[in-house]
Amino acid sequence: MDLTLYVWRQSGPASAGRLEEYRAKDITSDMSFLEMLDVVNAELVRAGREPIAFDHDCREGICGMCSQVINGVPHGSREKTTVCQLHMRRFRDGDTIYIEPWRAKAFPVIKDLIVDRSSLDRIMQSGGYVSAHTGGVPDGNAILIPRDDAETAMDAAECIGCGACVAACPNGSAMLFAAAKVAHLAKLPQGRAEAARRVCVMTEAMLKEGFGNCGNHYECQAACPKGIKVKFIAQLNREYIKAHLKDGRDT
Amino acid sequence: MILDGKCPSGPIAGKWEKHRHEMKLVSPANKRKYRIIVVGTGLAGSSAAATLGELGYNVEAFCYQDSARRAHSIAAQGGINAARNYPNDGDSVYRLFHDTVKGGDFRSREANVYRLAEVSGNIIDQCVAQGVPFARDYAGYLDNRSFGGALVSRTFYARGQTGQQLLLGAYSALSRQARAGNVRLYPRTEMLDLVVIGGEAKGITVRDMVTGKIRCHAADAVCLCTGGYTNVFYLSTNAMGGNVTAAYRAYKRGAFFANPCYTQIHPTCIPATGDHQAKLTLMSESLRNDGRVWAPKIRGDRRPPQEIPEEERDYYLERKYPSFGNLAPRDISSRAAKEVCDDGHGVGPGGRGVYLDFAGAIERLGEDTIRQRYGNLFEMYERITDENAYKQPMRIYPAPHYAMGGLWVDYNLQSSIPGLFVLGEANFSDHGANRLGASALMQGLADGYFIIPCTIAHYLAQTRPDAVSAGHPEFVRSVEETETSIKRLLSINGRKTVNEFHRELGSIMWEHVGMTRSRESLENALRRIPELRAEFRENVRVPGREEDLNQELEKAGRVADFLEFAELLARDALYRDESCGSHFRVEHQTEDGEAVRDDANFCHVAAWQFRGADKEPELHTEPLAFENVRLAVRSYK
Repeated sequence: MDLTLYVWRQSGPASAGRLEEYRAKDITSDMSFLEMLDVVNAELVRAGREPIAFDHDCREGICGMCSQVINGVPHGSREKTTVCQLHMRRFRDGDTIYIEPWRAKAFPVIKDLIVDRSSLDRIMQSGGYVSAHTGGVPDGNAILIPRDDAETAMDAAECIGCGACVAACPNGSAMLFAAAKVAHLAKLPQGRAEAARRVCVMTEAMLKEGFGNCGNHYECQAACPKGIKVKFIAQLNREYIKAHLKDGRDT
Repeated sequence: MILDGKCPSGPIAGKWEKHRHEMKLVSPANKRKYRIIVVGTGLAGSSAAATLGELGYNVEAFCYQDSARRAHSIAAQGGINAARNYPNDGDSVYRLFHDTVKGGDFRSREANVYRLAEVSGNIIDQCVAQGVPFARDYAGYLDNRSFGGALVSRTFYARGQTGQQLLLGAYSALSRQARAGNVRLYPRTEMLDLVVIGGEAKGITVRDMVTGKIRCHAADAVCLCTGGYTNVFYLSTNAMGGNVTAAYRAYKRGAFFANPCYTQIHPTCIPATGDHQAKLTLMSESLRNDGRVWAPKIRGDRRPPQEIPEEERDYYLERKYPSFGNLAPRDISSRAAKEVCDDGHGVGPGGRGVYLDFAGAIERLGEDTIRQRYGNLFEMYERITDENAYKQPMRIYPAPHYAMGGLWVDYNLQSSIPGLFVLGEANFSDHGANRLGASALMQGLADGYFIIPCTIAHYLAQTRPDAVSAGHPEFVRSVEETETSIKRLLSINGRKTVNEFHRELGSIMWEHVGMTRSRESLENALRRIPELRAEFRENVRVPGREEDLNQELEKAGRVADFLEFAELLARDALYRDESCGSHFRVEHQTEDGEAVRDDANFCHVAAWQFRGADKEPELHTEPLAFENVRLAVRSYK
């Protein structure tokens, strides 16, 4: 199939970007979306032009590196699928495709489709962990975790940190991202000890990084390639309120 | 030179304990005076950086991804082994040790493997404490599954995303240390050179992948945790960015490269569909717990799998290896798949595939149970192939997956360059000629959490901290050399893209240095690789500028190294005139096609020393002694 692409090109954080038109020719339906871009890039290189810069690495939907808004939808329209796992059989010959980077205040564009997501790392650094030392921990079976709790924790822990939730949110909020970690650890006995502190510092870090607040649009859930549910945001809110009641913190 | 692995003396079970007692320590107040560089943030790198930071060292951690959390350990699916014997099925430290040595076809170092088995249980505890949501049973206890090459259930797992959960655990520990100021993170930064001063590793030269700036980082020790080199085959299950560059450039600075020919071809991957294919996707080996592997008995049978009656199916693994069946080790399963396909029984495009069938398991356990166990894998399969594996069998084919070979290290994980330590897949030590499933995660975390913190202290305690600064002439020279080689790449301005070269190299390697090798095929590869390399140096086109984010330039540097390293790999494969584990030389096989080792001549590690560009490397050997596991013919029948 042949396609027309409009791709966001931006040479650096300070420069103005624009959509540029490209042709993708002889694309087969079993190619992945990124393999289609590989084909386009190879043509650009042969023609002496600069290829389109985009983030990608594992190409199996787990590293969270790929990050493109396709026809207005982060990771494209197939649900629970990262860009790298999106295949061209979802498109038709003659289609026009718009490809843009994540857009959010907290994700400045570095080049073309590549954005800076280090703000997500800083949210994690603020408290997205259990303060366990290496060594000196009890036997894994000394901490019993009912199967359903382990499964719920896993549902939240599946977050790949890609930032599609932020890109999808009209407020540019990282609430689903933060909530996934808060809920994962709050569900487990190991994580309870620090649950109150964790939810407070992570929420604070999120706002400090320039992410917006949650407006209950649920766009994040729709865009999440791992199907992380907004119910975890409710749990974050619950943990947040509990933390303030417990500590008598000023809300 | 005969290399000394520096294994402690005494009975195997007491070696590590004794060694820990004998090693020197760095006092708590002095630790912060030492700077340690950790390159790579996968399981080995993240766990090492976090633990060393927590101990009080000054740690700098580097990765080429935009976040430490994205290293390719994240993609490991099936699980992590530990000798916990929770299912009471007869497991023990000794049995895990034994299985691993045997699985590696008697080409690993006994003392290292025993230590790995010994600390395996601690890893599970550590991960649980961090909040890794391992699968649990209804009573709340940790659940186990089986993996290839073992008759016990010792694999702990978190759905089909065990690597992800373990890496996020290590990443969380790393984040905590970053917050505490003990670890400084450098994402989007690629190591391009090792700086050796006075015979010791004293730092690295890196390229900032956003600005293109080349700069140096001085340290008192360097840990390479940079993973494997399987992308030398172009198509592999590794991440697109996976490379040999850090290890290879350390090799060029004097670190010995051991057993590069030991490359694992994983039996259960999704077959390739065409030339555009950028990488291959693995389907976890854990699927072989419930899936049965078969191919049609009739050659070229094009009927849909559901229409092929039971008696016309060849469950070849169950037939050939009745006791291990579908759980035969990876090297054996891969070769068996290739054999049936070469014999015309393959299915799917080009006859390059066999079936992995869940119909029986679904009938026995119900679709829900299978969904619970492997749901994400079935989804991934469906996304890539557009086929529903609940309704029809998966098609699978072997693909390059893991490198058992790597930089040579002694028992302390120190390379042949003092001060340069190598952890995880990047070193060679624990898996011999074939790695068993669910052992890579175990090794990465063992090295990072429990081994390097002890052994690096022993080295540092004998070193003066802060001995050199980044202004030292050796650093200046390294920066100049690195800049020159980048400029050279950009100035060639030829007609072929980097990917075209990489793909050609991959096809040489897969064809001639792949699952089966012969003297003829290897000599052929050794002729063609230098030709391709020469062409690359004259005809590659790398667009863009050096002082910019330039992904083609990044790739070009990596492929340039692969083009040199591939020759080393082929040379090692030619030298090793025996079959063992993943290294299968057609000249050495039994009548029914099993590998035949030559213990009289090759029961050793082959470690290669760089002797200059386009010159033959020098071989050093480390004899392998098997005092605890009887050197025997590996049998899974």
